[in-house]
Amino acid sequence: MDIELRGITKRFGDLVANSSVNLSIRTGQVLGLLGENGAGKSTLMNVLTGFYKPDDGEILIDGKAVQFHGPGDAIRAGIGMVHQHFMLVPVFTVAENVVLGVEPTGALDHLDLHKAREQVRAINDEYGLEVDPDALIEELPVGIQQRVEIIKVLFRSAEVLIFDEPTAVLTPQEVTEFFKIVTMLKNAGKALVFITHKLHEIREVADRISVLRAGKIVGEGLPRKTSDQKLAEMMVGRPVTFQVDKGKFAPGDLRLEVKGLTALRDDDTVAVDDVSFSVRGGEIVGIAGVQGNGQTELEEALTGLRRVVSGTVKFDGRDVTNSSARELHRMGIAHVPEDRQRSGMISDFTIAENMALNTYYDAPYSRGILMDWKTANETSARNAAAFDVRTRSIFTPAGKLSGGNQQKMIVAREMSRDTKFLIASQPTRGLDVGSIEYIHKRVVAARDQGDGVIIISSELDEVLTLSDRILVMFKGRLVAEFGAGARRANKNDIGLAMAGAAA
Amino acid sequence: MSERVDGDTLSAQLLRRAAPGRADFEDLVIVPIFAVIAALVLGGLIMLATGVSVDAIGRSFVALFVGSMGSAGAISETLTAAAPLTLAGLGIALGFRAGLFNIGAEGQVIVGGMAAVIFGFSFAGLPIFIHLPLALLAGALAGALWASIAGWLRAATGAHEVITTIMLNLIAMRLVDYLLRSPFIQKEGRADPISKSVLPSAELPRLFDWVDPALRIHGGIILVVLAVIFVWWLLFRTTIGFEFRASGLNPDAARYAGMRSGLIIVLVMALAGALAGLAGANQILGVLGRASPNFSGGVGFDAIAVALLGRSHPFGVLLAGLLFGALQAGGRQMQVSAGVSLDLISIIQALIIIFIAAPILMRAVFSFAFQKPAKR
Repeated sequence: MDIELRGITKRFGDLVANSSVNLSIRTGQVLGLLGENGAGKSTLMNVLTGFYKPDDGEILIDGKAVQFHGPGDAIRAGIGMVHQHFMLVPVFTVAENVVLGVEPTGALDHLDLHKAREQVRAINDEYGLEVDPDALIEELPVGIQQRVEIIKVLFRSAEVLIFDEPTAVLTPQEVTEFFKIVTMLKNAGKALVFITHKLHEIREVADRISVLRAGKIVGEGLPRKTSDQKLAEMMVGRPVTFQVDKGKFAPGDLRLEVKGLTALRDDDTVAVDDVSFSVRGGEIVGIAGVQGNGQTELEEALTGLRRVVSGTVKFDGRDVTNSSARELHRMGIAHVPEDRQRSGMISDFTIAENMALNTYYDAPYSRGILMDWKTANETSARNAAAFDVRTRSIFTPAGKLSGGNQQKMIVAREMSRDTKFLIASQPTRGLDVGSIEYIHKRVVAARDQGDGVIIISSELDEVLTLSDRILVMFKGRLVAEFGAGARRANKNDIGLAMAGAAA
Repeated sequence: MSERVDGDTLSAQLLRRAAPGRADFEDLVIVPIFAVIAALVLGGLIMLATGVSVDAIGRSFVALFVGSMGSAGAISETLTAAAPLTLAGLGIALGFRAGLFNIGAEGQVIVGGMAAVIFGFSFAGLPIFIHLPLALLAGALAGALWASIAGWLRAATGAHEVITTIMLNLIAMRLVDYLLRSPFIQKEGRADPISKSVLPSAELPRLFDWVDPALRIHGGIILVVLAVIFVWWLLFRTTIGFEFRASGLNPDAARYAGMRSGLIIVLVMALAGALAGLAGANQILGVLGRASPNFSGGVGFDAIAVALLGRSHPFGVLLAGLLFGALQAGGRQMQVSAGVSLDLISIIQALIIIFIAAPILMRAVFSFAFQKPAKR
C-alpha cells in the first residue's frame, strides 16, 4: 500500500505545526522521519492516523484521495501506529491485549479467547515474532511488550505501520532484534514509517529519509549517501559537533568511595547488591545498564534518598553513609535526577521557584524564614541566562518549557552552585540534539574543573562519549569495568555485559 | 531569542513578569462568577418546580439581596456569618496547598469552641486583655492538637487524612455531647446539655453596638483579616510556605529537594487545625456565648466549599467566605419575608461548588464570556 501526503498544513491558533508537508510512504520500504522534539512529527502522524483533520492538503492511498473523520477510519484504511508509550493492560495476557476492542465473540457475545490465542499464534508464525499468547504483559520485558504492540497493529490488518521512537526504551541487543523484525515486516510487503531523532539508527534501517524542522520538510536523502553530519545539520538548522571536547584526563584526589553498598527496593528486595567503586576528581564514571538493574536505587542511595542497609559511602574522606539529601547537597554534591518531571522539578512552579527548589533555605534565596524573592529572582534570571534556558520570563511555569529547557533549568539549579561532585541520571533522555550537546558540554566542563562525575545512563552512546571509565550494572551488581586501565570500552562488549553475559 | 545577547541584558529581560494568561484569569475569576449566577438561576428554577409562585421567587431574590447587603444590619449579619467560614476555610485551603485533603475542620471547630468556652467561663476576675487572648489561644491550640492527630497518623503510619479526619469529626461531635453533661461544664440547674456562659471578660467585643445595639458584628472580623494576611504571608513569603506549596504540588520533587515531608504534614495539619479552632472560638466568644450540641452549625463543612471556591488562595477564600456569609444572612431574610426554606441556600451553595468543579460546563453555557479555544 502506498500513501502520499500532499501539502499537509495543520495550524493550532497562530502556531503552524505542519506547513505544506509532502511525504511518500511506499510498500516494502522504510521511511525514516527525522526531526527534533517539537518539529511537528507527532502532529503529522496524528493527521495520518486520523486524530487531526488537516487544514489544508490531502492524503492519497494508492493514488485515491481519502478523508479520515477519526482514528477508526485510518485503522480501517490499514494504517497502524506503534506508540512510544505502550498502551497495554499490564494484568491481561498477550492474547487479551491483542484482541482488546475487536474481540472475537461466539454465541451470546461469549468472548472466544481460544480463537484469540490462535490468531495471535498465526501472526507470530507469519512474522517470526515468538511471543507467548498466554504470558501476562507485566511479566514481559519491554522488548517483548513492544512486539505485542506490533501484533496488535497487525491483528487489525495494518498495511502501513508507524513506529514512534521505537528504540527509546530498548537495550542495544533488543534494538538489534527489533531491526530484524522491521526487515521482516518490510520483506512481507508492509510500508513502514520510523520516527526518531537518533541518526545512526535511521541510517541503519531506513530506505529513504525525510527531515522535518519547524513544521516543514527541510531535506530528503538516502541513508547511504547522506552523512550523520549533514542529517544533523538539516535537523537542527546549524552545524552540530558530535565530539565532546574533553580536556586531558587528569584524575585528582579520591572524591567518592563506595564500599559494599547494599540497598533495597520499596518492596524490600535487593536492588543494589554489595557494590564497590570509587570516583576521583576530574573523572567521569559512566554507569551503564538496562533500566531496572538497580541504577535508580544506587542513584538514590548515593544522594541520601534511599537507606543504605549495609556498606559505606565516603565523600572527601568523610563517612556520609545515610546522610540526608540536604546534607549531601550542602557538601557540594549536585544531583540531576533520573525523571525530571516526577522528581526534578515542579511543573506548576515558576522557573524562578524551581531554581530555588533545594537551596531556598539559604542565602541568596532567603534570610531566616523569610524568602528573599527579589534577590532570588535576580539569581534565577542570571542562572537561566548563563545556562541557556530559553524562555521569555523566569515567571513562566516550568511545565510550559520544552523538555530540553526543563533539563537545562535543573542543570542550572544544580551546577550554578560551588559543586564538587555531580551525579546525573539519564541527563539527556528524550532531549533534542541541541540540548544534548549543551548538557554534555556542561558535564565535561564540571569534570575539567576537577569535579567528580557519575553519569548513569541506559543510552550507551552517551556513556561512551562522556565517560573516562565505564561500569556496567546488571541485577544490582557491577559486572564489568571498561576504559582507563581496564579493558578498552567497546560497544559490543558493553552491550553484552548489560544483557548479563558473563564478563 | 536565538542570538546570544549579553548575559546581563538577557537576565534583566528574563526578570520581566509575564502577564497572567487570559486562561488563568478565566479560571480564577470568570468561572466562579458564572458558577454563582448559574447556581442562583437554577435555585430559582428549583423553587418554580416545587410550586413557589413567580411572585414569591422574585421576593426571595430581593430578600436575599436586602438581607445580605441592604442595610447596616444586613452587612453586619453577613460579616458575622462570614467570619468563622473564612477562618476555617483558610485552614482547609492551607491543607489543599500542601496536598492534604483535610475534611476535619468541623471537628476542629468543635474542639476549638469547647476549649474556648471552658477557658471563657473559668478564670473569673481576669482583665479582658488577658482573658480574651487566653480563650482564643485555647481554641486555636485545641484545634491544632486535634488536627495534629490526623497529621501524625498520616506521617507516621500513612493512614489517609480523609478517613482519619472524618472519624475525628464524629468523635468530636460525640465528645461535645458527653462533655456538655459533665458537671464541670454544664450550666447549673439545667437538665439539657448546655454549657456555662462565657464571662464578659472573655467575649469578643461588639464593634458597632454604640451605633445600634442590634449590630452583632464583633472583634472576630479583625481576627479574620489578620488571619488572611498571615496565611498569605506564610504561603508566599516564607520558606515554610515554600515547602508547603512544593510538597502539595509534587511531593516527590519536594523529597528530592531535601524537604522533610512528615514534619511538613504535621505542621500543616496543626496550622489548619489552629485556624479552624479559632473559627470555633470566634463563634463561642463572639456570637453564641456558650456551647450547645451542634453549636458549630456545620461551619467546618461549608468551609470546604469556601476553600474550593476561593481556589485555596487566602484572598479568594476571604471573598468566598463573604459570599457564603451573604448567602446565609440573606437566606434568613428570605425565609422570613418570602417563606422559602433556608435549605434552598444549602442547595445553591452546593450547586456553586458543582459548577466550579465543572469549568468546561461553564465555558460551554456561557461561551460568550470566554476566549474561543483554538480550533482543531
